[in-house]
Amino acid sequence: MEAHVPAAGSARTRSEHRLAWLLCAPAVIAMLAVTAYPIVYAIALSVQQIDLRFPDEGGFVGLDNYTSVLSSQLWWTDVFNTVFLTVVTVSIELVLGMAIALVMHRAIFGRGVVRTAVLIPYGIITVVSAFAWQFAFAPDSGFVNNLPLISDEMDWFGGRFSSFAVIIMAEVWKTTPFMALLLLAGLVTIDGQLYEAAKVDGASAWQRFTRITLPLMKPAILVALLFRTLDAFRVFDTIYIMTAGAQDTESVSILGFNQLISRLNLGLGSAVSVLIFICVLIIATLYVKLLGTRVEEGRPVK
Amino acid sequence: MQLTARVAAIGLVFLGAVALVVVLLASGGDEAGRGRTLTFFVAIQPGGSIEEVSKRCSEESNGRYTVEPEFLPTDASQQREQLVRRLGADDSSIDIVGMDVIWTGEFANAGWVEEWTGKRKREVTEKVFPGVIETASFEGKLYAAPFNTNTQLLWYRKDLVKQPPRTWDEMIDAAEKLGRDNGGTIQVQANRYEGFTVWANALIESAGTQLLSGPETVELAEGPTTKALEVMGRLANSSAAPASLSTSNEDTARIGFESGESAFMTNYTFAYASAKEEAPEIAKNMGSARFPRVDANRPSKPPLGGFNLAVSSFSENKDIAFDAAACLANGKSQLTATELDGLPPSRSDLYSNKVVTKAYPGFAELVKRSIEGAGPRPSTAAYQDVSLAVQRSLHPPDKIDPEDAGSVYDELRSNLEDAVKREGLL
Repeated sequence: MEAHVPAAGSARTRSEHRLAWLLCAPAVIAMLAVTAYPIVYAIALSVQQIDLRFPDEGGFVGLDNYTSVLSSQLWWTDVFNTVFLTVVTVSIELVLGMAIALVMHRAIFGRGVVRTAVLIPYGIITVVSAFAWQFAFAPDSGFVNNLPLISDEMDWFGGRFSSFAVIIMAEVWKTTPFMALLLLAGLVTIDGQLYEAAKVDGASAWQRFTRITLPLMKPAILVALLFRTLDAFRVFDTIYIMTAGAQDTESVSILGFNQLISRLNLGLGSAVSVLIFICVLIIATLYVKLLGTRVEEGRPVK
Repeated sequence: MQLTARVAAIGLVFLGAVALVVVLLASGGDEAGRGRTLTFFVAIQPGGSIEEVSKRCSEESNGRYTVEPEFLPTDASQQREQLVRRLGADDSSIDIVGMDVIWTGEFANAGWVEEWTGKRKREVTEKVFPGVIETASFEGKLYAAPFNTNTQLLWYRKDLVKQPPRTWDEMIDAAEKLGRDNGGTIQVQANRYEGFTVWANALIESAGTQLLSGPETVELAEGPTTKALEVMGRLANSSAAPASLSTSNEDTARIGFESGESAFMTNYTFAYASAKEEAPEIAKNMGSARFPRVDANRPSKPPLGGFNLAVSSFSENKDIAFDAAACLANGKSQLTATELDGLPPSRSDLYSNKVVTKAYPGFAELVKRSIEGAGPRPSTAAYQDVSLAVQRSLHPPDKIDPEDAGSVYDELRSNLEDAVKREGLL
């Protein structure tokens, strides 16, 4: 009998384990179905010559599609455009988002109203906001060219620099609230007593910001940056609506769309998608590494 | 135990409800007297001509079928995108496809649309412009019934210029002489989209060469192509270019002309009806002429557009779908499209009909001649690749040096060579 006790215990643990797996199974299956399957399928397509318009052709071509993409000047131009857009928009969003988070945090009256008002742009569908800004900047129907200091004949989407400026503006307008919200979440976790103590010690407002707020918010900032960078790197809607990639404003997502949807060249298009996926993985890994160490740093010394 | 019984009871009720819904849905399809329902995917036409012809053909079928139109967006690439997604997934819910003239090769080669043969083929191609039949055919086989066609004319202001210019060079000269503040601009379609390919193709065809001589052979004779590109570059770099030339489309061109800022415009036939509605003062002085020449000694080859009606290979009712498509595209239906939406018929014998002469007062014959002499875009299964290659090589048009288009010519040629072989990124 005595010998059975641990056995009974382990049988119970085993059955609990089984139950745990059973309960997890639906979620795991759903995850595999909606994420792993398409990824594996895209990888499988990317090593084949496959074009919907030519059903009789096809076959395994190894890494030919990848060579084709990576040796194309277009790919590298678009990678540059995408990285440029990502760096510029995320930096502007970080600064503006931080300012807005501080305002939302300090708002004494009408807190709810302020927070809701700030969040409105984020609630608007990207395609809708892209159209709204495109109409605003259109030379024939928009209001922007009627503003003082701007020429009536300014064709915003007729040049690379001005097209980028409008795209960046629309992206920043749309997603800064999201950044602000994530930063606000980090801000509220900071103990107010730290500021009081610093004040007693005679620290200026700037010192309090750089010595208390920023260091303690590092994890929150990195999480916000991670989310926004990943999103920004896949920018599609705004560019597609505004220029559709004309004037050298094409992003890698638009390049993928052109190969997949316009040309129906599933092999080449999937190779582009897989490469975008790899870029996103690299960005995510870098941030997570950075984040991991920062979280360690932020912990109290034992 | 009680709980299990309850769960079982709920389950049974749920199953019963599902079964009931399924039965109800299934019985909806075959109501007495309405026959089979055929779904007709087609670009929306604001005048309501599609609804009208669908209704008429359903009535004329004596209960054999009911055509239900399913509308696609106004933008051509978005129409194609929706169709391609469905057809690529073997969707049987499409019976009849309203097919833009440039999709024929692609859809036929992919095995998405059925070939027309025998008596039906003769019936739907009777008296149709040969060039339009070409746009509905691929590799010698007919894949769709020609419905409406379309072409671009040169629209000009009779109060600003006495004689319509014959060539692009004459037109640019005339516009420069008028000056920007006095209507001296020319409206074209030069955003980076299909409309840009339409313009480039018409110029290249008018110069006496063509993009492709076969589905996979690039033609582009150097002399004429360079001449066509120089016209493009000259306009884009002259004072005759509107401020937003490189983002212009059919609609911005129309608005620019109606606002009075431009004495010239190349655009489709809808421009007249639109001006009459939106800018009656401008419409009064609106003249029309043939699309300008590139080479003074060679007739121009205007753009050719329009829709042909195909039967989907995934339809479960192909036989009646052929009958329905033939009715939807017949002469009577074409006239409905002209009357309600201003679209030119594809049958050449209809141009003396009252409906057509009323829709195109004084220029019905010009439209007919323009369609007869049109230079269609290339017929190839890789059309999208070709169009993307043209757009990538030539946009924005002000990058073309009007004195020396040689480097742009080389770029266009090499991009097109890649496109027909479907190699590389585009």
